[in-house]
Parts: sequence; structure tokens; C-alpha cells
Amino acid sequence: MSDSVLSLRDFTVSFPTLYGTVRAVRGLSLDVNPGEFVGVVGESGSGKSVTFLGMMGLLPKSAIVGGSAKINGEELVGASNRKMRSVRGQKISMIFQDPLSALNPVHRIGAQIEEMLGAHQSLSRQESERRVIELLDIVGIPQPDQRARQFPHEFSGGMRQRVMIAMAIANNPELLIADEPTTALDVTVQAQILEVLERIRQELDTAIVLITHDLGIVARVVDRVEVMYAGRAVERATVANLFDTPSHPYTVGLMRSLPALGRERLEPIPGSPPNMLEPPPGCAFAPRCAHAQAACSAEIPDLREGRSGLTACIRSHELQLEVGTRG
Amino acid sequence: MADTLLQVEGLVKEFDVRRNLGIRSQKLKVQAVSNVSFSVDSGETLGLVGESGSGKTTLGRCVLRLLEPTAGSIVFKGQEIVGLSSDGLRALRRDMQIVFQDPFASLDPKRTVQAAIAEPLEIQRVGGDHPQRVRELLELVGLSPDHARRYPHEFSGGQRQRIGIARALALNPSLLILDEPVSALDVSIQAQVLNLLGELQTELNLAYMFIAHDLSVVRHTSDRIAVMYLGKIVELGDSETIYENPAHPYTHALLSAVPVPDPEVERARQRIVLTGDVPSPINPPSGCRFHTRCPIAQDRCRTEEPAMRTVTGGQSVACHFPLEPGVTLVELAGRAAASA
Ligand SMILES: Nc1ncnc2c1ncn2[C@@H]1O[C@H](COP(=O)(O)OP(=O)(O)OP(=O)(O)O)[C@@H](O)[C@H]1O
Ligand SMILES: Nc1ncnc2c1ncn2[C@@H]1O[C@H](COP(=O)(O)OP(=O)(O)O)[C@@H](O)[C@H]1O
Ligand code: SF4
Ligand SMILES: [Mg+2]
Ligand SMILES: [Mg+2]
Repeated sequence: MSDSVLSLRDFTVSFPTLYGTVRAVRGLSLDVNPGEFVGVVGESGSGKSVTFLGMMGLLPKSAIVGGSAKINGEELVGASNRKMRSVRGQKISMIFQDPLSALNPVHRIGAQIEEMLGAHQSLSRQESERRVIELLDIVGIPQPDQRARQFPHEFSGGMRQRVMIAMAIANNPELLIADEPTTALDVTVQAQILEVLERIRQELDTAIVLITHDLGIVARVVDRVEVMYAGRAVERATVANLFDTPSHPYTVGLMRSLPALGRERLEPIPGSPPNMLEPPPGCAFAPRCAHAQAACSAEIPDLREGRSGLTACIRSHELQLEVGTRG
Repeated sequence: MADTLLQVEGLVKEFDVRRNLGIRSQKLKVQAVSNVSFSVDSGETLGLVGESGSGKTTLGRCVLRLLEPTAGSIVFKGQEIVGLSSDGLRALRRDMQIVFQDPFASLDPKRTVQAAIAEPLEIQRVGGDHPQRVRELLELVGLSPDHARRYPHEFSGGQRQRIGIARALALNPSLLILDEPVSALDVSIQAQVLNLLGELQTELNLAYMFIAHDLSVVRHTSDRIAVMYLGKIVELGDSETIYENPAHPYTHALLSAVPVPDPEVERARQRIVLTGDVPSPINPPSGCRFHTRCPIAQDRCRTEEPAMRTVTGGQSVACHFPLEPGVTLVELAGRAAASA
């Protein structure tokens, strides 16, 4: 689709290391539409962060990025540093799990947001001060004019994450990528941050990609889900369909691993995620999959029509997968 | 009835902290655990939940006597252990062990799995065939006896957590303090470790103090649950009651904040989102410590500290206005707002 905000095609990221090449992202194609709230889920090491860092040119130089990543039709793979700097913050911005490391400890919060504004817009002193207060207000920081004059250490973890969101939306990007933004926070504060993200999507119409390993968060806020395993998308569905009729054995395995009402014993996925130095041939989930057959390891399955979404499992049509008790 | 293994009464733990005021620095005290009482029966799991800084870890470490309590009593198997001599403590350590959150940090990278698991046996100068015991323990936690010769870096997070558990079990304890034992693990691996803990409990009649911030995990594992806020237990009761009919507004708000992996439930849910963060424990709020964030707080809450008392559902709660079973905080907060 040409009108998507973000479009990845056969996107790859590898890291040459002493032990061989880590093939972190292995041919990922996905689209994010304007104003859409997309969740990206998967276990640690499945390539969630690397995909979006790679797309934004934020990986170490050693990383090899291939395929195509377009923002509003503009190619980012192979783009100049200058181009990437203008795209970052202006068209796409990203927030992370640990906001403290992204803030400068010796500069006032307001000044750091102003700097972000100054990099992409020419505003008068007054205009930018007013905009800073407006931004802090949007993300729900009380007494924004006073808080703007404070330093990062005077902010709690949740408040710092709000500041990061304010910086991220300062230049009205079309796409906000939030990489596990609440993982380090208490659930009560997490609920506040999720509300801020929902509000931004609603009021500013910003498309949001939320990277998380928590299916509960996915169920709460997103419209559509990409499930990743071993550097590829294995299932894509609207959030309602994903939970009603999950159709990839990995997705079902994740759901069965969760403690739920009435589930006496959890049903974990056996084994552990693959080593990305040598991902298994064919379907990378096959070594852990109860339904695997020889054919599964012959070829990497592409996403194709599943029960109610897209799924990368050659057996999805014959399998009638059930999660059993729901959350 | 099961017998009481651990009985804690009026436990207090204070830390000295310094606050910098320009050139001067001020000496202050933090009450990380503030007058806490509870018990654990043999073979049962007591879950401990609460936000970061609420005192869960400190409480666990006091029970183990890794920290010296400031005041209060801890009776373990009928014996008072506060003020116990170092000899007495050594014997105690056989019977109570801890498993930490971070399976990466809690194992020495330079020692083999054999050495790591056998260490408690050596410290306690337990006789017998240590390699044999280590092989048994590895099998008990679902690893291969061959793993004994390997080093921690050769194992995944879930496997390292199993090694941590094997080590904690080496001396046949009757109580394990599990401090966020699965928080660092992916859900599929987390489920493996939770099942293992369940099996071990049945097999060895272990009691657990299960500390976790993931409330659905705590519900799954615990017979009873204690909810902590700013150093105090604010609600204590059996797990189903706490989840079905929380009586303390904090418990209610905490539960409503937890995302449930079901979009229908999530969309239908009325949620009370607590505003602000947990206040500083250096200068906790007067009266009920939760009053600054409580949606139904009244004047009395700001001045008078609520005592623990038993309510309709059978749980104990420290709140002047505990919720009746079936009444939601959303309704009450709505009523309070309307009358204000
Ligand atoms: N050694 C110490 N010196 C000073 N203060 C301490 C010390 N250890 C803990 N505290 C303080 O005691 C309080 C309780 O801390 P504790 O680590 O027990 O919380 P917790 O409930 O385990 O939190 P988390 O969920 O983050 O693990 C906190 O305010 C903490 O800062
Ligand atoms: N700088 C790097 N060098 C080598 N391997 C890396 C580097 N960064 C990430 N990886 C590897 O890439 C894979 C995907 O990582 P990541 O995207 O961070 O996973 P997650 O899904 O948890 O965000 C993992 O196997 C990880 O070890
Ligand atoms: S393709 Fe085969 S191995 Fe992969 S998920 Fe489907 S059934 Fe399992
Ligand atoms: Mg990541
Ligand atoms: Mg702790």
C-alpha cells in the first residue's frame, strides 16, 4: 500500500560478530497506516527493537541493514545521515524503556524540549516556551510551567517517560515508536502512560507502534498486532481476531503460558527461543512446536491467509488451535 | 490444619539515609517496613505485592535475617529469631533460603554449576557425596546431571533460574523466599519455572513467600496475598477473595491497572487510574499513607491511621472505608465526586 506511513519490505538486519553473523531480522514486511495503533509482540531477542532501531538508523555502524523501509514513500535504507537526522524527530520519533539515559542530566527539562523544537522548526523564544508548556500539558504533567524549569533527577520514572513522549511529539511526527515504554514502571504508572499514548493517538492522530512483550497491554490499547518470532512476523491480525482465533502455534503457545483464571497448570512452550547465529531452517518455531512435521523445516513459511488474519504456518488451515481458558 | 511455620509481629526496619541540603546534609530515617504482621503456614504460598519501594524485598531480607530488624518479632518454627547469635543464624540458614530475580547476577560466572549448587553444602559443612547431591538437585529442577560441569554463561535465563532454585534447595529448606523469581523471564519460560515451583512445593512441602509485581502471576501461585503500600501491609487475605472482592481502595486500583490479556474484558472495564506516584517513604503521608492517591479519601483519612481489621469477606484490611463486596471503586469515587 502506498499510503501507509511506514512500509517495510523484506527488511533485514544482521550483526557480524566474533562467533558468526547474528541474523536478527530476517525478511520482515509490514505496514503502518496513518493514525493506526499497532502492537509488536514477541519474546526477548525476537528482533522487535532491532527492526525499528535499524529502520531509524540508530544501530551501531557494524549492523548491516537490507531490504526496504519507507516512510511516506521515502526510502530510508541507505539514506544519508543528514536525511536520517531530518526524518528522526520530525517524521518518526522513538521512546524507550529507560527515559533517564535519554535525558541530559545537567539541562533543564524545558530547554531539552526546546532544543528538540529548534532542530526542526524556527520558532521565536516566546513561541517555543509556550509550545513546551503546551506539550508538557498534553502528556499530563501538572504545573508544566514550573516543571519545565526542573532537571531530570527531579522527575519520577513515570514523569520522565511523559517528558520523553512530549519530546517525541514536539514536531508532530506521523509515527511514534514506543519500545517497551512501561516495562520499568509500576502498573499504576503504566496505566497512566498507556492513557497518554491513547490520548495522543486520538487527539493528534499520530500513528503509534507499541513494542511490548505483554499481551495484556496489547489487549488494552492497540488496534492491530504483529507477532514476531526469530526475526520474522509469524502472525498479523486485528486485536479482536488475535485473541479470538489465534492461528499460529507460537501465538497460541504464548497465550497458554499466561496465568489465567481457572487454569490450574500453565502450559509453557517447551524449549527456548533459537540462537540467532544459527536460526533453525524453515519455520524457526518448528523445534518448539507440537504440530511440526518434516515439511515445516523445508522452507520459511510466508504470511498467508489464516483463520482470521495472516499467519506464517503451513499447517494453520488443518490445525484447530484452542487456547482454552481466557485471561 | 497446617501448622504455622513463620509468625511475624510488628516488624519494623529503618534505614539511615542522608539528604543533601547544599553544604549541610541532613540525617533522616526511612521506614522501609513499618509495623508489619503476618504468618506463613508450612507448605503454603504467601504472595507479597505492591509497587516498587513498598518494602517487599526489605521484608523478605529481614525474615531471612540478612537485614537486622529495627523492632518486632519473627518466630520461625517456634523459635524467636530476632537477636539470634551467629551460630543460631547458621542453623536457620539451612531452613530458609532465597531465590533472586536476576538469574544472571546471582551466579558467579567463574564457578561451575557444580560449585554453585554445592556451595551452601560446603558453607554448612554438610557431609556426604556432594556431586551426587548436585546431580539429584539438577534432575529435580528439570536440568540434566551433565550440566554440573558447565558455567553459567552457557545457560539461558530460564535455565539459570533453575540453577538458582536447585542451589536454594540444596539444604532441604522448609521456606523459600522468592523475590521476583520470574520477572526477568519471557512468558513461555516464566510458565516453565512457575510450574516447576508448583511441583517442588507439592513434592517437598515447601512454604513460599512469593514476591512479585505481576499480579496475575501472584494470583496463580499464592494461597494468600499481602498487599503492601509504603512499608505497610494494607490488605491480607486469601488469594481469591483479594482478587474477587478487594476491600482496600489501593488493592482495587492496583488490580484495575493490571492489563488483562482479553480485549473484550479490557474494553468493557471501568478503570480507576491512580494519579501521581508513590510518595517518598522518607516523609510518608499522615494518617492513612494512601490518602494522597485515594479516590475516596475523607478528612479522617488524613489524620487518623487506620488499624488492620477483619471485614465481611474474611480478609484483613487497613482502611477507614473498606469496600463492601461487589461495590466497585469506580462507583464510590463517582459518588464521592458528586457529593463534593
Ligand atoms: N539499604 C538501604 N538503605 C536505605 N534505604 C533503603 C535500603 N534498602 C531499601 N531502602 C528503601 O526502603 C524502601 C523499600 O525498599 P524495598 O527494596 O524493600 O522495596 P520493594 O518493595 O522490594 O521494591 P521493588 O518492587 O522495586 O523491588 C524503599 O524506599 C527503598 O529505597
Ligand atoms: N549490537 C548487536 N550486536 C550483535 N547482536 C545484536 C546486537 N543488537 C541486537 N542483537 C541481537 O539481535 C537479536 C534481536 O534483538 P532485539 O531486537 O533487541 O530483540 P527484542 O525483540 O527483545 O527487542 C538478538 O538475538 C540480539 O542478541
Ligand atoms: S509451520 Fe509447522 S512448525 Fe511452524 S508453527 Fe506451523 S506447525 Fe509449527
Ligand atoms: Mg527490545
Ligand atoms: Mg524488591
